[in-house]
Amino acid sequence: MSLLIEKPGPLSTLQDAGRFGVRHLGVAQGGPADLHAWAWANWLVGNGWGATALEITLGGLTLTAQQPCRLALCGADMQARVNGRPLPHWQSFTLEPGETLALGMARSGVRAYLAVAGGFQAEPVLDSTACVVRDGLGGHKGDGSPLAAGDELRFDRATQNAGSNRSLPERERRGYQDDPVLALIPGAQFRHFEDHSLIEALSRPWTVDPQSDRMGIRLKGSLLQCNMETLVSEGLTLGAVQVPPDGQPIVLLNDRQTIGGYPRLGTLSPLSCAQLAQCRPGQALRLLTTTASEAQREYRKFRAQF
Amino acid sequence: MNPRLENAGFDAWLVRLFDDIDEASMNWIAALVQACEQAFGKQLVELVPSYTTLLVQFDPLTLDHAEAGRLLQQLLAKLEPLEDNTQHEVKTLPVWYHPSVGPDLARLAQHTGLSTQQIIELHSGHTYRVFALGFAPGFAFMGTLPEQLETPRLASPRSTVPAGSVALAGRQTAAYPRTTPGGWNLLGRTPARLFDPASQNLSLLRVGDRVRFEPVSKAEFERLGGDTSPMEAP
Repeated sequence: MSLLIEKPGPLSTLQDAGRFGVRHLGVAQGGPADLHAWAWANWLVGNGWGATALEITLGGLTLTAQQPCRLALCGADMQARVNGRPLPHWQSFTLEPGETLALGMARSGVRAYLAVAGGFQAEPVLDSTACVVRDGLGGHKGDGSPLAAGDELRFDRATQNAGSNRSLPERERRGYQDDPVLALIPGAQFRHFEDHSLIEALSRPWTVDPQSDRMGIRLKGSLLQCNMETLVSEGLTLGAVQVPPDGQPIVLLNDRQTIGGYPRLGTLSPLSCAQLAQCRPGQALRLLTTTASEAQREYRKFRAQF
Repeated sequence: MNPRLENAGFDAWLVRLFDDIDEASMNWIAALVQACEQAFGKQLVELVPSYTTLLVQFDPLTLDHAEAGRLLQQLLAKLEPLEDNTQHEVKTLPVWYHPSVGPDLARLAQHTGLSTQQIIELHSGHTYRVFALGFAPGFAFMGTLPEQLETPRLASPRSTVPAGSVALAGRQTAAYPRTTPGGWNLLGRTPARLFDPASQNLSLLRVGDRVRFEPVSKAEFERLGGDTSPMEAP
């Protein structure tokens, strides 16, 4: 049972929840850059937390069903069509054999998630199917390759008829047009930044630099001055906001390196990382401080839905 | 040692044990790794040891951030360093030191004022400690290099450094587990498989390990499965 990839788009990769327990060996986390859209896509087809779905960056993907399958598409609006008919977003649907799902380029947001009932099948590498191109690990071939034309995405026939179609409540849908306010948990080096830098960082908008990917998103704006140079390299968590000597922050995402030595303003909450991952180059955003316990409450509330 | 806890997000603490790089620190960090594994059990998600710190990431669904902090404080209060593992096994990496696979040997000689032979003797005559893994899966940052070999990294990194390349930068040395871009000075190549997702141990080297480089001939390097294809001229 499989979907045949006709056109892969610029970067389409399989992602489960990520690769854990191996960071001490230098292995990146991987996993969906937008945790929110990925989780809801899986939910729409009845999958439990962690099922493998397809992350489609920017769009341009075309695939054809070889067997009937139940799918859901969430995240960036890529003008999806099935055999030319517009496809509603944020709900599950069935693709019949021979039908083609075609995505244009993203109109708002950057990443869309395609989930299949039961999850896509791939051989786990280090207990995860998450595709990390730079590490050469995971994905549909297990070696970190992104999708290419002619590849097939496998699924289980038995799960395709189980369950009914679902639609996502309006309040959980995202349009990605609004400039987000991202929750920053201040870190240990926060106080080493000059006062005026901190005021600027928290009161002025930042814009997303085109030089951004699954490793990290660069922000452009006021130059942040820190009274410490580089540190000895130390472990990095998802959402760490590191500030190199050029004063422009980099928010580290799923494919980040495991250790690094720049001072950090703090850490974005995982749901703020998800929002940031949908920001287009040039889009504006603001940072607002929060506490670790508040971010933890927000995350638990989110996870309780799955 | 004056350890302190630093906020590293909603599901992690960074324990800063030391401020400066010192080989003896690894015995303390290894002790904290063991203590965390026992104390956190299934609630542990990641432990990332590095030169002076240990990053502790826990399960945010079952453990409160503040509670995890208290647990770490308790562990630190009674922490004792692991016994020095000098007597334990030293891992050996065979290296074919040669300009065709170590294209920076000549530059290293020029920078240090040593002959190529002296560079090889110094590099292979020392036992290193693994301080951290990072950059790529299985990439071990080892130190500390004899002072005479200290050399800055390349002004402009190479876009392709072949797998197995043995390199140095600053007071550190390393071997590249896979072909990647890189800016360290290359002095040879090892046939050792440094990272293998299919093997039980995954990474040949671990933080805290002691490592030596052993010069081998081209014939021996080939016999061990080494790739002799020369580097392109820079």
